[in-house]
Amino acid sequence: MASNATSHDWLNEHGDYLFRFAMARLRDATMAEDVVQETMLAAIQSKSFAGQSSQRTWLTGILKHKIIDLVRMQSRELVLEDVEEGLPNEPGLDDYFDEDDRHWNSPPQEWGSPDGELEQQQFLTVLQDCMAKLPKNLSRLFMLRDVLEEENENICKELKITTTNAWVMLYRARMGLRQCLELNWLGK
Amino acid sequence: MLSCKQASQLLSQSLDRRLNWRERLALRFHLAICDVCTRFYAQLKQMRVAVRSLVQQAEQDESLKLSDQARERIARAMDSESV
Repeated sequence: MASNATSHDWLNEHGDYLFRFAMARLRDATMAEDVVQETMLAAIQSKSFAGQSSQRTWLTGILKHKIIDLVRMQSRELVLEDVEEGLPNEPGLDDYFDEDDRHWNSPPQEWGSPDGELEQQQFLTVLQDCMAKLPKNLSRLFMLRDVLEEENENICKELKITTTNAWVMLYRARMGLRQCLELNWLGK
Repeated sequence: MLSCKQASQLLSQSLDRRLNWRERLALRFHLAICDVCTRFYAQLKQMRVAVRSLVQQAEQDESLKLSDQARERIARAMDSESV
């Protein structure tokens, strides 16, 4: 077990960094504070820091697992809400296609790629707004999936939700985001 | 022949798992004749890249800090944990 002085050094030196890391993925200050706290507590209990990696890398590794745990719990709640039913503020999946599903009801339009830094930044701002409009749990799962991919090829397994449910949820998140982006980005 | 709905679902899943050869073949046929789904796929990939940029930006945003209250709360929790 780490001594008190050491563990408070961890908080002082890495607290803000860990908070930013969590905020970037959870986009919720309360939740980010919670996972940082759990990370520090887990670090105190752990004896595994042997100085092979930097303290920050070690703490970030713990934090990642705490974030995944949190999103996993939330995804369970989301599954209970019934994956097939659809959620408020979301068009039904059937609305995207014509009656026999063969064709798009409103085919995706050409976006053109955002040109230059300013336009790229505008695109990101629209994306951020659109993610905020998605049901929260859905957008977190989406974000986690796309962001942790490099670190974890099998996020579905990691999240311990059935992969089929995860695919349906991710599909819905992407369809909703895409439509929102199209409306708000092209509409500029 | 895949419908556009099936194609869009498989394209989304192709970002999450490795499709089997049957699915890949069916998609290739569909995309060869469907500009709309081809565009959809490009947009999915563009969205993924953009989400990563958003995360990187937040990670580098120095204005995001633990609040003093949160810092104190965490410090207290650490003290009671290690006693």
